[in-house]
Amino acid sequence: MDRDAFIFEAVRTPRGKGKPDGSLHEVKPVDLLAGLLRELGTRTGLDTGQVDDVVIGCVTPVGEQGMDIAKTALLVADWAETVPGFQLNRFCASGLAAVDVAAAKVRSGFESLVVAGGVESMSRVPMASDGGAWAFDPETSFKTGFIPQGVCADLVATLERFSREDVDAVARRSHERAAHARRSGFFQRSIVPVKDRNGLPILEHDELIREGCTMETLARLKPSFEQLAAMGFASVAQTKYPHVDRLVHVHTPGNSSGIVDGACVLLIGSAAKGKDLGLKPRARIVSYAVTSTDPTIMLLGPGPAARKALAIAGLDRDGIDLFEVNEAFAAVALRFEREMGVSSEKVNVNGGAIALGHPLGATGAMLVNTLLDELERRGLRHGLATLCVGAGMGEAIIIERV
Amino acid sequence: MSAIRYDKGADGVVVLTLDAPASSVNTLDSGYRDAMDASLDRLEAEIEDVKGVIVTSAKQTFCVGGNLGELVGIGSDQGQQCFELIEKLKGQLRRLETLGKPVVAAINGTAMGGGWELALACHRRLAIDDSRVTLGSPEVTLGLLPGAGGIVRTVRLLGLERAFPYLVEGKEFRPRQGVEAGLIHELASDADDLMKKARAWILSGPPSVQPWDCKGYEIPGGTPANPRIAQMVFVAPGMVFEKTKGCYPAPRAILAAIVEGALVDFDTALRIESRYFVSLATGQVAKNMIGTLWFQMNAAKSGKSRPAGFPARTFRTVGLLGAGMMGSGIAHACATAGIDVVLEDMTIERAEAGKAHSRKLLSKKVAQGYLSEERMAETLRRIKPTACIGDLAGCDLVIEAVFEDRGLKAQVTGETEACTSEATIFASNTSTLPITGLALASRRPDRFIGLHFFSPVDRMKLVEIIVGEKTSRETLAQAIDFVMQIKKIPIVVNDSRGFFTSRVFGTFVNEGMAMLGEGIDPSVIEQAAIQAGMPVGPLAVSDEVTLSLIAHIRDQTRADLEAANQPYVPHPAEAVLDRMVGTFGRKGRASGAGFYEYPRDGKKFLWPGLREHFARPDPGLPLKEVQDRLLFVQVVESIRCLEEGVLTNVQDANVGSILGLGFAPWSGGVLQYANQYGIREFEARARELARAYGARFEPPRLLVEKAGRNELFRDAAR
Repeated sequence: MDRDAFIFEAVRTPRGKGKPDGSLHEVKPVDLLAGLLRELGTRTGLDTGQVDDVVIGCVTPVGEQGMDIAKTALLVADWAETVPGFQLNRFCASGLAAVDVAAAKVRSGFESLVVAGGVESMSRVPMASDGGAWAFDPETSFKTGFIPQGVCADLVATLERFSREDVDAVARRSHERAAHARRSGFFQRSIVPVKDRNGLPILEHDELIREGCTMETLARLKPSFEQLAAMGFASVAQTKYPHVDRLVHVHTPGNSSGIVDGACVLLIGSAAKGKDLGLKPRARIVSYAVTSTDPTIMLLGPGPAARKALAIAGLDRDGIDLFEVNEAFAAVALRFEREMGVSSEKVNVNGGAIALGHPLGATGAMLVNTLLDELERRGLRHGLATLCVGAGMGEAIIIERV
Repeated sequence: MSAIRYDKGADGVVVLTLDAPASSVNTLDSGYRDAMDASLDRLEAEIEDVKGVIVTSAKQTFCVGGNLGELVGIGSDQGQQCFELIEKLKGQLRRLETLGKPVVAAINGTAMGGGWELALACHRRLAIDDSRVTLGSPEVTLGLLPGAGGIVRTVRLLGLERAFPYLVEGKEFRPRQGVEAGLIHELASDADDLMKKARAWILSGPPSVQPWDCKGYEIPGGTPANPRIAQMVFVAPGMVFEKTKGCYPAPRAILAAIVEGALVDFDTALRIESRYFVSLATGQVAKNMIGTLWFQMNAAKSGKSRPAGFPARTFRTVGLLGAGMMGSGIAHACATAGIDVVLEDMTIERAEAGKAHSRKLLSKKVAQGYLSEERMAETLRRIKPTACIGDLAGCDLVIEAVFEDRGLKAQVTGETEACTSEATIFASNTSTLPITGLALASRRPDRFIGLHFFSPVDRMKLVEIIVGEKTSRETLAQAIDFVMQIKKIPIVVNDSRGFFTSRVFGTFVNEGMAMLGEGIDPSVIEQAAIQAGMPVGPLAVSDEVTLSLIAHIRDQTRADLEAANQPYVPHPAEAVLDRMVGTFGRKGRASGAGFYEYPRDGKKFLWPGLREHFARPDPGLPLKEVQDRLLFVQVVESIRCLEEGVLTNVQDANVGSILGLGFAPWSGGVLQYANQYGIREFEARARELARAYGARFEPPRLLVEKAGRNELFRDAAR
């Protein structure tokens, strides 16, 4: 138990619509992160000089998010100059990878107090604006059989025979649960309003959630990935899935994750360090796991990652009280429930990325944050968070409320 | 004798005239390369007195590009030599464009491939305004890429997006279109005007530097770092894959060289282009494609199979019996080639309807601006619809395209011969019935021949000429003359049921149906074919042909064989066919239901009933196994055709299989498929397939012998 890593605190920004008309579009990503670091310091009464390292997930680390946004934000937030920081990228699981790396650092014994988190301003630094050989170098794209993720999501739905109604129902549930959670103040503990330099509020709540979202409204949306598939990516998929004679296109903007801006940070450390600094552990990080699966269908990582994490933890599926499965696309969450045989009553109980949005680099950290808050609110013990990741990877974490 | 003439005028203008010795065309062969070195050395030595350079040709064409004979000989282990060769070629062009003196390409005729790349390396391109002059970079169609700077310069002239069709698709163009595209600077009315304008431009003291060598140059439309171009680069691999299904390395390499070259400086881009060129030139697919689609295709086009010793015949009037899809299509092909056509059918209305087919095709060309109203009227005037068989008197050739029924065919044969002359050739457009049998109804069996056209006739280039037992050599020679006169490509086969193409086609669709019967997933069967490079899957194409027609042909075959006391061996496909037609009443596309469903408002899709009635629960065969069955069965049958003498040469097998059946063009056709697979490996694999799936895969004796001697399928040089 000496070596265990504990979560002492977790805070996040509200998620703003990731478009020019989104509330956080005017806010620089470095300020989203710096605001949270300041709040983390204030809440914990932390002497920031005690922090060994800061690990920040960021999927598009170019432009305003370039040049090591972790250290930049630390400087902006006036943290002690002795605190280092770095940014990492594991696509959609970057925020979780940051938490996992922080946990590993603490468990290694070389470090005892680490901040982990993530940031992404998708409205200011658009997705894929970092280029990348996988999608933007033709030789690499051909060699690896690159396919845009939305086409993969429709491939999952086709193979699992998910109907449009099935996936729309996931979306409706996501909005309904998120709306209820927002109304009931379930997110209040962790949300730190984003303010301007004068202290004036810019955004206080998640702004993508739709109250009263209905199946009828969802049904009206057109499939998003039909054209990309028809241009040739369906044929690329058929090289691995020749028994799929046609893709069923069920994913729309309504049942795919929302594009948003946001950030999240967690304070992670050893029991001894917590004791020294008077920090109360909220949860123990039981295990984490990362793996990779077929890159063509790409979105099937969560199941194997979850099973690997369970095995490391010595737990089984039924030992998990709550699951957070990133709703990159509705089919991903649905497929996870089916594959793992878990009830939807345990999965994404306060909604997911379809309703709340998926600020790429931050989402993984936000899932851990949300999971922890809800375990506490319900008085439950074990929670598992997992995400599907580009190129077929999957990452999962299991935490235990203490 | 040098391949380039060097003439310096009193005005200081040097004219470099490409004039390859002992050849009707200029290529970029070793003679050219040596001559170019010498020319550049001399230019550089005399540079003080040189005002500028004009590059032109003494031939009818400007330059037709790389020497394909040389390229096809590059071994898979000769990467270094190949790299040095291509770097040498482009290094010369780089020297030319950086001489410091204005260089003009005076394009007096067709400039293709490396010939066009030579023009691209000149500061100014002038071309004769003649629609017979073809320009462009068709390398991709032979599995290669423009490796003499063509990719790099086209991208820097046009930008990535506009360069794409010229490079990845090998789009050709005429001088006038070249001006519109910004690839040609100026047109000239004739050869004199061309040289005058070239000289005048040089003497006007123009800049002698390429746009990409100017300070501040930027690629039009931006580099791949530009978000709009990045978006295009993102989807382009998908688009290329959609067209190539992963079978063709050249479009992939070209796209990659376009993008990678646009991210670096000009000279680095040239080197990247060279490395991709080497990967194609040392690869097998380019050899397959050059061998068949260039050398063998050209031989077929030029009538290599024509028996010698008979004077060429020009056809003035051709008669068509039957104005259905095939009859009207053949009539159209004749009329557009300037031949008068008598188009006969049972009623004048049907004959008129056949002529209307031509009107429709021609109107489309007029609307697209490819044809004038006058030419259309002229062509239409040549087609005379009639319901009177007597109007066929005076025809040089009569082609019957009536229903595949022996009785009917015999009847029209007799009626035609009654009103035509001894010199008239009678041809049957049958796709399956043996010609020798049909000729029994003829009083002049020596003038009776098979001319098997493919549908749609206006798009399908191939004509399979079938020589009956009694068909004379002269009739064959003249039939080849006719096919060449209407600008189609002939292959010659001896008589057999289904001849060559239909016979091999039958093995393909039967194998597909048989696999369905074994419970293999229908989508896997279709995808296996498509991913192996076939244009459509066996089930889809069966629907097109119509399942009930396939059943009818099978019945006819069985009846014929039984009548001749020959054994009939049923194919495992027949059970599937009979269930589809009989039990499920699904007869194919024409009746709206076959292996596929044909929704009125959407794309066709596989009938879900197939999985219900045929599929097994287990995973079935791997894709590769299904692919091997679909391709091997065709190749083995083709080898059998060669062994039986139905095919008489390799060229006709390869060319016919690609043009007639769409057989995986990347492979170079049915026999080249076996060659490139490795003849011994092919034989061993065929044996394996025979053990697993039946005698139809058993290597024919000819294959066993070839494999024993490790000898490729190759025609003797004539």
